Amino acid sequence: MNAKLVAEHVGKTFRQRHRWVTAIADLNLYVVENEFVSLLGPSGCGKSTFLMMAAGLDFPTSGRLLFNGSEITGPSIERGMVFQSYTLFPWLTVAENIRFALQKRSLPRSRQDELVAESVRRVGLEGFEQAYPAQLSGGMRQRVAIARALVYRPQMLLMDEPFGALDAQTRLLMQELLLRVWESARTTVLFVTHDVDEAILLSDRVYVMTARPGTIKAEVTIDLPRPRTAATESTPRYVELRRLILEQIHIEAQRAFTSMAS
Amino acid sequence: MSPSTLPRRPSYLELRGPIPPRVYITAGLSLLLLVFAAWWLITGQGWVSPIFLPAPAAVWDELWRQVREGILWEDARASIYRITVGWLLSTLFAVPIGILMGNFRFFEGLFEPLIDLVRYMPAVAFVPLTILWLGVGDSQKFAILFIGTFFQQVLMIMDNVKTVPYTLIQVGYTFGLSKWETLFRVILPAALPGIWDTFRITLGWAWTYLVVAELVAANVGLGYRIMRAQRFLQTESIILGILVIGFLGLVTDYLFKGSYRLLFPWVERGHER
Repeated sequence: MNAKLVAEHVGKTFRQRHRWVTAIADLNLYVVENEFVSLLGPSGCGKSTFLMMAAGLDFPTSGRLLFNGSEITGPSIERGMVFQSYTLFPWLTVAENIRFALQKRSLPRSRQDELVAESVRRVGLEGFEQAYPAQLSGGMRQRVAIARALVYRPQMLLMDEPFGALDAQTRLLMQELLLRVWESARTTVLFVTHDVDEAILLSDRVYVMTARPGTIKAEVTIDLPRPRTAATESTPRYVELRRLILEQIHIEAQRAFTSMAS
Repeated sequence: MSPSTLPRRPSYLELRGPIPPRVYITAGLSLLLLVFAAWWLITGQGWVSPIFLPAPAAVWDELWRQVREGILWEDARASIYRITVGWLLSTLFAVPIGILMGNFRFFEGLFEPLIDLVRYMPAVAFVPLTILWLGVGDSQKFAILFIGTFFQQVLMIMDNVKTVPYTLIQVGYTFGLSKWETLFRVILPAALPGIWDTFRITLGWAWTYLVVAELVAANVGLGYRIMRAQRFLQTESIILGILVIGFLGLVTDYLFKGSYRLLFPWVERGHER
């Protein structure tokens, strides 16, 4: 097994005013090369915190987080990130935003042009190369963010609820777009979401997280055939997987609810 | 959109509602005209003594006298020069220090107590000290303009830098940029429109400190002309000086606003409610 990312007993505690809060405790997971894995959990379960640590933008307070077998000590060009909020550089056009990501790859200008044009095409933004982010819709902005994170070919892509701020229809279109892009590129992906359908539709495996302290509650392999589309969501196996995951979440939610009430 | 689907008479008083540019401009000009008309009426009817408020015509005559004798041009040139140098000096220090303060907690902690302390000291009170230290030349005028501008400007630039979302910095890091590369290629371009606006506002403040700077030990300048007119109770000269300063301030303001649109065409406009 060729594990790209491995989390061993990862914990994260931080000080909030005058008390210590455990955001993540004893979290174990792995992501194999070319695998699409989702981290599914309610808001505030620490899944985004975990992704920040995988990116090297934050660090665990206990346990180990390994990338290609060595401990993550900081951000790396080999782990691309797509954030939840709009993070395009507003002073750069679509093409310039994508090209910005290439500057540490030391490529000739002509090769850069090729790569930028290719990724613009991949996310279907031909004709918008010279537009500024302010002129784009939310869905288009996230498409540029995906193109920007893919263009420099990081070994792994970390996605933090990238479609969380989009409306339902745009969201579904974006999921299909991501499926197409991923099925042709096959980059290793760790995808954070609170949306059960999104996790099933996109992933090879889903880790279900619990809240406070955040840890892995269950691991579900999504054995739905690829290529997948929105129509996949009406197949019997999909419905079965969905029920299975929802059951896990429900048990957890009830446990959290009763512990809160007591 | 209005809550009703029926066509309605357009209202100019919707909360943050758009209005035609024509109305926007006409409203502003009307109020200016109204103030002028009131001035003209009050003085024309002799309701106040010309010692307190001279008629528009008297101010007009004073304008022509000063233009004819070349006083106005000489005063304006001296004042514009002092403001430009004083403000540039302040900006020269405020930009790097403000950027350091906005990005590094260490520099914020280092500079802020001192800046906050001086910020509340009245610039006028520094006039005797600056004369003692720098004499009566232009450098004393620069110093007063600097004191009046710098301690506000540096804090505003710090805030401009701080408004850059942290996620933009994180994006820079994930692209493999170093700390300094992120500062120069992500934070500064993102903060520049805000900094440009700070330039516009602080240059306006520099104009308001002009009279303070030319309060004593000056023999030319728009502020000096006002102070001298006070001694001889030449109210029309005082009013002329105030109007000229106001006009020049307005011109610089519009220059900055115009260049802002040219320099930062990418900025999201806040007019979409």
